[in-house]
Amino acid sequence: MAIEVRIPTILRSYTGGEKSVEGSGSTLDELFADLDGRYDGLRERLMDDSGLRRFINVYLNDEDVRFLGGLSAQVSDGDTVTVLPAVAGGAS
Amino acid sequence: MRYDSLLDATGGTPLVGLPRLSPSPEVRLWAKLEDRNPTGSVKDRAATFMVAAAEKDGLLRPGSVILEPTSGNTGISLALVARLRGYQLICVMPENTSVERRMLLEAYGASIIFSPAAGGSNEAVRVAQGLAGEHSDWVMLYQYGNEANARAHYETTGPELLADLPEITHFVAGLGTSGTLMGTGRFLREHVPGVQIVAAEPRYGELVYGLRNLSEGFVPELYDESVLTSRFSVASSDALRRTRELLSEEGLFAGISSGCVLHAALGQAAKAQKAGERADIAMIIADAGWKYLSTGAYGGTLEEAEARLEGQLWA
Repeated sequence: MAIEVRIPTILRSYTGGEKSVEGSGSTLDELFADLDGRYDGLRERLMDDSGLRRFINVYLNDEDVRFLGGLSAQVSDGDTVTVLPAVAGGAS
Repeated sequence: MRYDSLLDATGGTPLVGLPRLSPSPEVRLWAKLEDRNPTGSVKDRAATFMVAAAEKDGLLRPGSVILEPTSGNTGISLALVARLRGYQLICVMPENTSVERRMLLEAYGASIIFSPAAGGSNEAVRVAQGLAGEHSDWVMLYQYGNEANARAHYETTGPELLADLPEITHFVAGLGTSGTLMGTGRFLREHVPGVQIVAAEPRYGELVYGLRNLSEGFVPELYDESVLTSRFSVASSDALRRTRELLSEEGLFAGISSGCVLHAALGQAAKAQKAGERADIAMIIADAGWKYLSTGAYGGTLEEAEARLEGQLWA
């Protein structure tokens, strides 16, 4: 089972510089736990006890997971999870 | 239509159907043309409301300096209002925005302070906040947290949409300060049961996300997740492709954020069609394509255009 997880520049120090890693799990929570096993400390940058960190946005196939159940969002083989830092609104 | 002055002609924009891009007669896309505003963008609504609120609160006097972190449209809107209402405007803007924006701002008489490209709008906000701290007499309207921004849409954009499209099922707009989505979204949710409020968020290149650390991330103070039904991240390649489709299929010469919005709207349309449900999806066309011509978005191959957008704040 392979779920592609895209890592933003700012977190690549946890993945040995890799901008894309693979993981498995049936929910986002499981996926992050799986990644943490291989990329120590990554999970802690993404979430704390109360859930996803405020300035971290996670998208499942481009949709913000906060609208898909957050950490309980279901993920499956072939999905793409994108992690991005929260930024100010573009060219407003 | 007749107005006493240019600022009075803000809002009241046309809603046009997109018959060629709409999947079927039952699933229809509609475009609200916000380029039909005094300075050519949806920001004219927020700018007029924010300045009016500041005047009402006694924050502005003739000759007052208004300071604002803005990459363009808000600055241009504020530049017009400042010019006509007798204020000075200083914009803090990242250096990697299109040249048309700077030229327009300067033409209206605004001053610009450039913030470093790396760190994008986050850095512009930080620099502006620093400057506001140093100059207590400067007024920062702060579009990211000013309730008058969202209220402009609650009081104008939302009611206009409801009047023109009472059968609306989805509202799709770009996510920036979140003012358009929060204000229009709140209004529509109060009046249209089951309406979907969908955010289309531009996904930029790595330079823009080059933040020093994660605590420097930013969520606009106006942003209230509960107003949205869903939120989509749209890559520049998709935004560009859709912007070109708007032009080639519907003759609509729109800015790149509109391509971003169309991409999300088409996703909703496909979903409705698959479910066998009717849909009337209203999208915000925030501005026209003029300010983006120099980005190369409308000419050459898509790959070339995408490469040129890399590192730029394209929406």
